[in-house]
Amino acid sequence: MGGPIIPRLLRAVPQQLRRLTIIFVVLLAGLVGARRALVPATFGELGHYRAAAVGVIASQPTQYAGHAACEPCHAPIADKKSQSYHRGVACEVCHGPQALHVLDPMAHKPPAPRTRAYCPLCHGYNPSRPTGFPQIDPVVHNPVRPCITCHDPHDPTPPHPPESCAACHGEIARTKAVSPHAQLPCTQCHQVDPRHVVTPRQVRPTKPASREFCGQCHAPGATPPASVAQMEIPRVDLAAHYPGNVCWQCHYPHHPEAH
Amino acid sequence: MSGDASNTEVGVGADPVPDRRAFLQACAAAAAPAVLFGLSVAPDAAAQGAQPGATPYDPREHYYGMGIDINKCIGCGRCAEACKAENNVPRDAHHFRTWVERYVIHDDDEVVVDSPNGGIDGFPESPSTTGVLRTFFVPKLCNHCANPPCVQVCPVGATFSTQDGVVLVDEEYCIGCRYCIQACPYGARFLHPEKRVAQKCTFCYHRITQGLQPACVEVCPTGARVFGEVHRRSSPLERFRRFNEVQVLKPHLNTDPKVFYANMDGQVR
Repeated sequence: MGGPIIPRLLRAVPQQLRRLTIIFVVLLAGLVGARRALVPATFGELGHYRAAAVGVIASQPTQYAGHAACEPCHAPIADKKSQSYHRGVACEVCHGPQALHVLDPMAHKPPAPRTRAYCPLCHGYNPSRPTGFPQIDPVVHNPVRPCITCHDPHDPTPPHPPESCAACHGEIARTKAVSPHAQLPCTQCHQVDPRHVVTPRQVRPTKPASREFCGQCHAPGATPPASVAQMEIPRVDLAAHYPGNVCWQCHYPHHPEAH
Repeated sequence: MSGDASNTEVGVGADPVPDRRAFLQACAAAAAPAVLFGLSVAPDAAAQGAQPGATPYDPREHYYGMGIDINKCIGCGRCAEACKAENNVPRDAHHFRTWVERYVIHDDDEVVVDSPNGGIDGFPESPSTTGVLRTFFVPKLCNHCANPPCVQVCPVGATFSTQDGVVLVDEEYCIGCRYCIQACPYGARFLHPEKRVAQKCTFCYHRITQGLQPACVEVCPTGARVFGEVHRRSSPLERFRRFNEVQVLKPHLNTDPKVFYANMDGQVR
């Protein structure tokens, strides 16, 4: 019954329609074949892209092993570093990518930067760096000597805590050194908690906020500290000299005559 | 196995009372291969993942983003260096997947932005020393937009957003037409000079799928970069977003970036 029905149907259809159908079928087969050949196998599985590409990208080899890979073998150094200022600095920041060293520790030895050029990448003075980040001027800070002669990179606490404020606040110190306030110690105006030396950003020094503070030296009849007693100190009448303003709105305390 | 079970059930139906034990035995026999198979497969599956015992990576369970605290960036350029080493990015001064920009804002509102070699070799002394109002560093990378213009314009479907929210490039399928490079409002893409395909930050997709941090996050010495999942309360990124007022770059373009900046100056673009 099913056998003869197709020839009977074909005979019923006009010849031109039969040819058109054949052309359509051939075109459709060509289209399907071309699509199968041209569209990649996994295209459209997850979206308008080749799903297999995700696996290819994810299979790229890693170069950085991650700090967790270093600790099992280098426990003493990891322990020392974990208590130091460099606790947040991963080993591979300075020693470079070490995935190969993890695979074969003997064949691939990590380099260690020992020259003076490396540390200033982070610690060289740059005004764009955030305030309080420890910075030195490589030109004047113990010239020529490699940093590691005084500082252990795994515990970079300076041989002694910074004695002068200028160790970190160099720009302010240089400005103040050529100003009439050169003789005044920083602590004349700032009360500095000892913890500021250790955690500079958590414990901040105070700043004078009132006109009366500056008036301790600059008001008529005030008695300045002994270190500047012999200097000629400009005196202003606090009641008449721009009342309502705070001194630092017009005078920069580290260089009072500058604008 | 299912065939065995159905045969046993037929047997039970024919003679219900005495065959309960036989039915249970048959069930156990049918289940045993499955249990053994499962035991033998489990270690293989674990071996494929990074950590032993970890479940295989399922991209549908993740949605990644990055946080950057501009107040913490010291402009050392270690992120750009690590990115080049990790991803084999061309070692010249024009091709970067991530880089550090220095912003110098003058008191006459002139903004000077520079990024010599992406910041890898450090930043030379600023050309202008007077009249500087503010100056700071801004690390840049692909923002992995939730609504990425680069994906929209790709004529062949070679760049795409994965299920875990990372925008990737299929290098085998990219035709190098550079539409995506034109479309990216953040300048985060480049044409690889030898492969002639578009390249960009992948959030180190090969690392994050193993549970590692992206290379730039791994090496950032001050923790200025935070990587994690968006909208998962336990992730470091959500903590970053809770404790900081975050902004995104060029929000008016509605690209919905997933790189969030804290303490960002209004002049950054």
